[in-house]
Amino acid sequence: METALFLDKLILVVSVFGASLGIAMYSTLAERKFAAFFQDRLGPNRAGLFGILQPVADGVKLFMKEEIIPAQANKFLFILGPSLFMITALMTSAVIPWSTPLDLGDRTMELQVTDINIGLLYVFGVVSIGVYGIMIGGWASNNKYSLMGALRASSQMISYELAMGFSIIAIIMITGSMGLKDVVNAQSTELFGISGLNWNIFYQPLGFLIFIICAFAECNRTPFDLPECEAELVGGYHTEYSSMKLGLFLFAEYVNMFISSAMMAGLYFGGYNFPFMYELGLSQNALSILGLVAFMTKILAFIFFFMWIRWTIPRFRYDQLMHLGWKVLIPLAIMNLIATGGVMTFMASK
Amino acid sequence: MSGITLTNRKKVLEKKKLSFSESLYLPAIFGGMLITLKHFFMKKATISYPDVKRPFSKVYRGKHVLKRDDQGRENCTACGLCAVSCPAEAITIVADERKKGEEHLYREEKYASVYEINMLRCIFCGLCEEACPKDAIYLTEDLTPANFTRQDFIYGKDKLVQPLNESCHPKTNQPYIKDGKPYEYKNPVYTK
Repeated sequence: METALFLDKLILVVSVFGASLGIAMYSTLAERKFAAFFQDRLGPNRAGLFGILQPVADGVKLFMKEEIIPAQANKFLFILGPSLFMITALMTSAVIPWSTPLDLGDRTMELQVTDINIGLLYVFGVVSIGVYGIMIGGWASNNKYSLMGALRASSQMISYELAMGFSIIAIIMITGSMGLKDVVNAQSTELFGISGLNWNIFYQPLGFLIFIICAFAECNRTPFDLPECEAELVGGYHTEYSSMKLGLFLFAEYVNMFISSAMMAGLYFGGYNFPFMYELGLSQNALSILGLVAFMTKILAFIFFFMWIRWTIPRFRYDQLMHLGWKVLIPLAIMNLIATGGVMTFMASK
Repeated sequence: MSGITLTNRKKVLEKKKLSFSESLYLPAIFGGMLITLKHFFMKKATISYPDVKRPFSKVYRGKHVLKRDDQGRENCTACGLCAVSCPAEAITIVADERKKGEEHLYREEKYASVYEINMLRCIFCGLCEEACPKDAIYLTEDLTPANFTRQDFIYGKDKLVQPLNESCHPKTNQPYIKDGKPYEYKNPVYTK
């Protein structure tokens, strides 16, 4: 039994790792393709059919490029920066529940690497460590633009984590648990007589709005991509990076995007729950696989939304960013929290 | 001074306070997203150049062609008027005398043994075409493709002279239409 559990987890870890990297890889192509479509262009279409081999070509190019470490840079920290950023980006996926358990005859296989009862706290903790990757990388480069980018990244991420945390607390209050699986399972009940539609978005629309804005800021995506704002800071925190170390920074951004899409889908859009999931009378395995498909569809939709926003809205000014974070989103999130608490108390007293 | 403007399109910018819905930004962002989504499904403006070629106008001035006559002989007599008329001084001609037995190659007694156009200098103005008294040089619809060295941009007779067995309209390089049918060029039969 122990070996079976070990094998299950091993398969799960490897496939989650592969899926994160694979989706991140094709996100780079999707980003370029969608950018082109939004601008009435065709996008990369030379490498393979519709350019599907483009990420491979880009990856090979990044590996082949000359590796430059600036003479004045702190070599150890310079290498540590992108590694840390990538590791933390990949670590977050450990607590995400991918679907309902698979029935393997003698045992059931949970489609979640680990179900810790503080899953949400874990995600926040790991995401916060991700700031160190940028900060260390930017500082170790010994370049003023890198340092400015790193400073911007860290202050932005810390500011927006507050509002994000407040919007999450409302979810925790509704669910009464910090485990991600509990949060997702709580959304599988009936709403308007349709099973699997009891999504948190219907209870927390404002919370979701705050969460998605903060997710954009956390991922350093437009309109909050000031840390790598090329018009002012050359390349921001990765100005001095080249070859695959630059690749890791860029790649980790896409992994982060995938993870935060998964978080948004799981916390607010029912995760692997889909409408009519119990009315259809499916077997446990079919339900599990369909749930995974539903979850992936939601994640991909959010990734598309990330890109859609990027090619629509221009970048914020830095004081506007701070104004939005501290003076708008945090008060709004606290108001949302108080309102949620008030409604819950009112409902409980009835 | 006041009241007099050059174009009458002057607009005084006033800084109004944003209304509540404007200060939310969300309606504006949503409107912007609808615009980009509309473009997502629009027909793309790009022409995939080497695969698809844009049709050019009949008067387009591209790569030059040195014409042959209906018996396959080069029209050019190396008078040098094209080189003289060229404002960019891109044309170099070395004239030579036609020898006995070369009557099937050159129409006149004199011909250009070297005819070079430097495509980096050429401004495709078409003055050579207008200057030519012998109908020998025309600018076609073809483009001059990119090259790696400057030397490769100097087009000699190998690239400029119209290939044998190919009859084409002097302007478009398209086959002649004669009596509603494409006119096929036949190799001339020469008798000594």
